[in-house]
Parts: sequence; C-alpha cells; structure tokens
Amino acid sequence: MTWVLSNLGLIWARILDHVVLSLPPIVLCFVIALPLGWLARRYRVSRGIILTGAGLLYAVPSLPLFFVLPAVIGTGLRSPLNVIIALTLYGVALMVRVVSDGLDSVDADVRQSASAVGYSAWSRFWQVELPLSGPVLLAGMRVVAVSTVSLVTVGAVIGVQSLGSLFTDGFQRGIQAEIIAGLVATVGLALLFDGALVLAGRLLMPWTRKAGPARRTAPIEVSAA
Amino acid sequence: MNLFSDAVNWILDPANWVGINAIPLRLSQHLVFTLVTLLIASAIAIPLGFLIGHTGRGRGLAVTTSGGLRAIPTLGLLTLVALWVGIGVVAPYVALTVLAIPPILAGAYTGFEAIDRRTIDAARAVGMSELQIVRKVEIPLGLPLLIGGLRSATLQVIATATLAAYVADLGLGRYLFAGLKTRDYAEMLGGSILVILLALVLEGIFALIQRFVVPRGVSGRLKTRQSGSTAGSTSTEPDSHSLRTGRPTAAR
Repeated sequence: MTWVLSNLGLIWARILDHVVLSLPPIVLCFVIALPLGWLARRYRVSRGIILTGAGLLYAVPSLPLFFVLPAVIGTGLRSPLNVIIALTLYGVALMVRVVSDGLDSVDADVRQSASAVGYSAWSRFWQVELPLSGPVLLAGMRVVAVSTVSLVTVGAVIGVQSLGSLFTDGFQRGIQAEIIAGLVATVGLALLFDGALVLAGRLLMPWTRKAGPARRTAPIEVSAA
Repeated sequence: MNLFSDAVNWILDPANWVGINAIPLRLSQHLVFTLVTLLIASAIAIPLGFLIGHTGRGRGLAVTTSGGLRAIPTLGLLTLVALWVGIGVVAPYVALTVLAIPPILAGAYTGFEAIDRRTIDAARAVGMSELQIVRKVEIPLGLPLLIGGLRSATLQVIATATLAAYVADLGLGRYLFAGLKTRDYAEMLGGSILVILLALVLEGIFALIQRFVVPRGVSGRLKTRQSGSTAGSTSTEPDSHSLRTGRPTAAR
C-alpha cells in the first residue's frame, strides 16, 4: 500500500499512456471492420477470403506480431505505433466476423420490407440493418475493448510504456504492490471502457432497454494474448 | 524484405540447430509446455463444465468468472506468480493453467446447453440413465463446442507461453527476449516467425478436428449453434432458460 501511495503520480502517468495506446485501436477497428464485415456478408467469394484471413490473423500471438510489424511497415522496434497497429488488426479480425453475423441476424423479411417501402441499398444499410444489428455489434465491441486494454500491457516487454510497465518494473525490482496496482488499474480501465460502451449502447439504441438482452448474441471466439 | 531474409537465414543457420538453444529443443519445450498446461486445465475444466452443462447449476458463476478472467492481463498474472514462487517454470504453469481454464470450461458447458432439450428428454424417455445421457448424448453432441474451447485455450497458451520466457528459460520466446537484449533483430524476427508458424499450424489442425468430431447425422444445424455460443464472453449472453428450452430467444 505504501508503494502505491508514494507512486500515485507514476500510476496516473501509466494510466494515461495506457488510454492513449488502447483507445485508437478500439475506435479504428470498428471503422475498418464495418465495410469489411459488410463485404464478407455480401458476396460468397469475399466472405471466404475475409473470414479466413481474419481467423488466421486472430491466431497470431501478440508478442511475435509486435516484433514482426516493424519489419513490415518500417517503424522502430519500440514505437508505440506497433502496439496500436497490432491491436487494431486483432480488433478488426474479431469485429469483421461480428459485423457479418450481426448483419446476418437482421430478419430477411425486415430487409425486404425496407426495400419495398423505397429504401436504397445505402440508406437501408444505415437506417435499418446497422441499427438492428447494433446489439450484436455492441457485444463484439465490448469484447474488443476488454481484450485490447489487456493486450496493451504486453507492449511493455518491448519497451512501450503502459500499465504493463508496472508489471515488468515490479517484477525486476521485486515489488509485489506495483504488479498488483498494475493489475487492478488494468482491470479497472477495462471495466471503465466496458461501462462506457454499455452506456453508449443505451443512448444509441434506446429500444433495447425495454426488450432486454433478447437477441442471441454474436459469435465471438475469445483467445486473448 | 532484407530483414526477413536475415531472419530466414537465422532460422536455417546450422548453429541454431544444436546445443541448449537449438530450435528443435525450444520448439519441443514450447509444445510440451502447451500440452501439459492444456492437460491440467482440461482435467479441471472439462468435468466441471460437463457438470454445469448437465445440471444447469453454477452457470452464472462460471460466466462471471470466465468473463472477469479475460480482463486480467496475462503479463501481470505471470510476473505476480513469478514473484511468489520464484523464477522458473512453476510460475508459467500456474499462470497459464489459470488462463486456459475459462475457454475450456465454457466450451464444455455451452456444448451441453446448445443441445435441443427435446433430444435429451427423448433420451430420458427411452430409459437412459443420467450417466448414459451424458455419455451417449450430451458429450458427442457437445463435442464440437468443447473442441472449439480447447482451440481457443491452445492459441492462448501458445501465445502466453512465448511471453512466459520473460520469467523462465522456456520455449521459443527465449529467442525474442535474447534477441531483444543483444539487439539481434534477426533472432527476434526468426523466433517470432517460428511462434507464428506454430500457432497457425495448430489452428489449422484444430479446424480440421472440429470438422471431424461432428457426429454423423448432425449436419448444418450444429454449425450455426456453434458460432452462436460465445463461451461466456459477455453479459449480454442469452439467458440460460431460453437456451435450455430450445425456444428461439428473440422476440419476433
């Protein structure tokens, strides 16, 4: 406890580092996965390619990816960009599937009705299909947020500072309190992001509040790290 | 691309195929470690998951625990346990077993839950005992989801076993950390490529197994179910009641 109290400034700084590293991947992966997921659902050929690619990408362990990325994109080994890009890739790999399944979960009757009353394919997507698949997308984003926050810590071993630095530093100097503080702060941050997403879901999809979690949620396979 | 040819040269360099740092040795360490961790985790998680799946009791607790465990960063758990038990292989074994349990547990009980209740009622009606139902109905039908859980767990253990080299002299991860220390990028990249290949090969093997364990006579139906169960990942999971009764969950 004394370590925590005398190092509050350090912990706060690492929390800010952590937010800076984890927020961009969470936002970016949604923006990128949306068109890809749509494409994966739309055509048989693109579905096979995109979903297989996403599955393989998701199978790549994070630490080796942090080492391989610099060689591919030319960043420095200790650049925070590696972590941001790698985690964006994982998020995309997971969300592409979720988006595709979410769009699939929209009733075919509803889709046809929308077309029948005059929606173009474009406006039907934005005004009918996307909102209706919202609960599935939200469930996926919650998984992405929690696992991203957790994975950012791995970057600490290659020297990208985050709450994970408390683990490496605490381990090297034998300070248990530092590691525990890091664990608590990371889990707390994950819960905070998760809560923010749930809140956003309530605001953006007021109709789900009454129905409750009625719809079967999306397929989200989880294997972090 | 020069970096990659350096890495490939490093992998092919005969000097890296002998001695205590030989690639085959490190690779087998990595595999044995993964296998042992999975066996321990399975021995705990599979019976427990079957019990939860069959009786329907304790599901809420299992969902909460496995959901909460996912938020815990592996590196934190690894370093903390390493401080407790000392540097060596014990810490990675403990930490990784803890991490491998939730996906396997979830695979085991969601596999049972995804089965149409009428099938199980029918088994009971023709006079099967509870044990027979578990053995002859629930386990075979739930197997694809269980294998799915094992698949997630394997990927996670392979990945985290790499990280485990941070606290123990173990597996392919050693190359990453040794290279990092001596600024030998060819070694780091070569080691990374080996780990990625290993993960992809195992992923492929599991994909094949998962296809083969679907019992004859059960075809497409299970596939949609299979993708549907998320192994207790989110709190927006469907309530167990609707799953158990086999009624459609969505209010149409």
